[in-house]
Amino acid sequence: MKLKSMTMTATVAVAVLSVAGVAHARDQISIVGSSTVFPYTQAVSEQFANETGSPAPVVESTGTGGGMKIFCGGIGAEHPDITGASRAMKASEYEACQAAGVKSVTEVLIGYDGLSIAVSRAGTELDLTKAQLFQALAAKVEVGGKIVDNPYKKWSEIDKSLPDTKIEVFGPPPTSGTRDAFVELVMEEGCEEFPAIEALEKDAKKEICQRMRTDGPFVEAGENDNLIVQRLESDPSAYGIFGYSFLYENQDKLQGVMVEGVAPSTETIADGSYKVSRPLFFYVKNAHRGVIPGLNEFVAEYVSKREAVRKAATSGTDMAAPK
Amino acid sequence: MSDTAQGTGRRAWYEPDAKLKRRHAADRRLRAYGVAAIVFALTMLMTLVGTIAITAAPAVTQTMVTLNVEVPEGAVDPSDPRGGSYQKILNESVARIFPEVDTPRELRELRQLFSNGGQYALRDKVAADTSLIGRTFEITFPLSDIGDQLRKGVIDRDLPREQRRVSDEQIGWYDRLVEQDRISAPLNWGLIFNADSRFPELAGLWGALVGSFYALLICFLVSFPVGIAAAVYLEEFAPKNRFTDLIEVNINNLAAVPSIVFGLLGLAVFLNFFGMPRSAPIVGGLVLSLMTLPTIIIATRAALKAVPPSIREAAIGVGASRMQTVGHHVLPLAMPGILTGTIIGLAQALGETAPLLLIGMNAFITAAPDSMFNPSTALPTQIYIWADSPERGFTSRTSAAIIVLLGFLVCMNAIAIYMRKRFERRW
Repeated sequence: MKLKSMTMTATVAVAVLSVAGVAHARDQISIVGSSTVFPYTQAVSEQFANETGSPAPVVESTGTGGGMKIFCGGIGAEHPDITGASRAMKASEYEACQAAGVKSVTEVLIGYDGLSIAVSRAGTELDLTKAQLFQALAAKVEVGGKIVDNPYKKWSEIDKSLPDTKIEVFGPPPTSGTRDAFVELVMEEGCEEFPAIEALEKDAKKEICQRMRTDGPFVEAGENDNLIVQRLESDPSAYGIFGYSFLYENQDKLQGVMVEGVAPSTETIADGSYKVSRPLFFYVKNAHRGVIPGLNEFVAEYVSKREAVRKAATSGTDMAAPK
Repeated sequence: MSDTAQGTGRRAWYEPDAKLKRRHAADRRLRAYGVAAIVFALTMLMTLVGTIAITAAPAVTQTMVTLNVEVPEGAVDPSDPRGGSYQKILNESVARIFPEVDTPRELRELRQLFSNGGQYALRDKVAADTSLIGRTFEITFPLSDIGDQLRKGVIDRDLPREQRRVSDEQIGWYDRLVEQDRISAPLNWGLIFNADSRFPELAGLWGALVGSFYALLICFLVSFPVGIAAAVYLEEFAPKNRFTDLIEVNINNLAAVPSIVFGLLGLAVFLNFFGMPRSAPIVGGLVLSLMTLPTIIIATRAALKAVPPSIREAAIGVGASRMQTVGHHVLPLAMPGILTGTIIGLAQALGETAPLLLIGMNAFITAAPDSMFNPSTALPTQIYIWADSPERGFTSRTSAAIIVLLGFLVCMNAIAIYMRKRFERRW
């Protein structure tokens, strides 16, 4: 290779670099956000690209918090148009958005993602409160005004009306988003019922409210929900915690435990009466609407598919199955 | 040891056999350890590759279904053939095969057997040839994931109903399709030539392949000239002092920096500071080139060092300038070594995942990029996405994608070895 051609290559490389530095317009929609919302957004995107022939939207699974951070980075083609979230936007995130010039954002409720506690059809149906669930599953509970290591081994020890069977609950490991949601929706709310725990300082209280017991009755069962289902089938006294879609798929084998008097079902999750569910949202940057081609149409498509998405979110059926 | 043995020569003289035996035994042991190590490494490698290959095997074929479709005159407007409601047309031709299916639940289960991509395959076919409107013709498109898994036996039809994902009716319908000779299983070219999809039967690697190609192209265009220039200066022109020593140490350190650090750097510099597009192969290529640069510099310097000084001296002796010496003689002679190092560096870059995750090249995109500025994935990140997908069909496809990636790596390394053998010179 001669020096001349080397200089050529270098020039080309520099030229490529300088072109890249120029801000560019974007003709496809860019989406970030929650991994829970990801599959639904994927489905809508694929359908949208196939049906309209517009450039395929770019969907990235960054987690809710990570998505908010990127979403609130600013206005312009290099920032995403939509972020998915498995919780509502926090005040701090809203402020971050404002500070970066993202003044106007539209929130769209997609549906609810329900968590269920299930037992074999051969087992006893229960009706538990969140406080009772907390007492059954927390590492430390309040007994007679004192905070002690969880002494409960049987459901009847928590409340006389509950059956006289041992507490045995299979649940997700700490790495799972389902576990986070369960702790947030059940444990933290359940522990508010106890005055001695309420009276603690913020960090100490959080520690007690969030820690699951490790002395046997609560078993971390790994990410594979199939294994939990098999265990529940073979042991009618055992209970399991997983996303509602899994109970729906296995309705012939399992029944849902009622929480605060309401059994989980597609309807009770959708109308919010079943309390162990979290809303799924997506947020749209209004300043990008009408600027990014196809964004308005995409949002319209997503909103029109919301019923189907909502069903998919709560029932586990394939929302993008042919109409 | 040998000194002491000689010092006490007499004793060695009395029992030479025992000592010799021991030394030979030690020698044999050492060789046995070596062989054992190689056998161990090979077994591990074979197990790994073997498991991947076995898991990937089902993805080699794709179950397709052939339907007789009638596109009625009024159903599609010939001036806008893409606007027709093709799903309805497909549903009608499916209904002709299964006239008895009429409850909404059964209809839904029946539709689950066919891929969502059928309507688009039909649309594209009609759009390409509008004379098909008003005629009956055959169209072949994929069965859905459950149909595919059923044929491949991943779904065991002998299990009781509550333990499998397909209903008895779905199995019956599938069997009828087989009886009517509508099911075929050609090689799964879609795995290479389709872009990504949420449906395993439609998902392919094309977007990732194009993305990886662009990223490697950028990586080569940037790191090759810069790497050679840096190495030539350091090796041929730079004075040997503390400053150049410092640079040398830093280059060696840079080669050992974990790749995720380059990803963070790329995120901070290219995306946030220069405002380059997220998920674009150009950014991926630039980040990878930062990673490849030290490898190329080190390989180039080694190759330059291997060129004997007599060549430089001869060139200078006949009146060549230093630039001519390097440009006309040293660099061309070192080129095979440089190219080998470059290819190995690029092969490393091809398999790199961590930095690409940080700059967003792990997005879900259902089209291949048109240029290096369009968002895309790369091979390793595509594997990462598929490995995370819940659908059963992605299990085998993930492994198949790994095989494709390994294939490219083997090819690149083979080229490197070939070039070394072919162009290597001995002085």
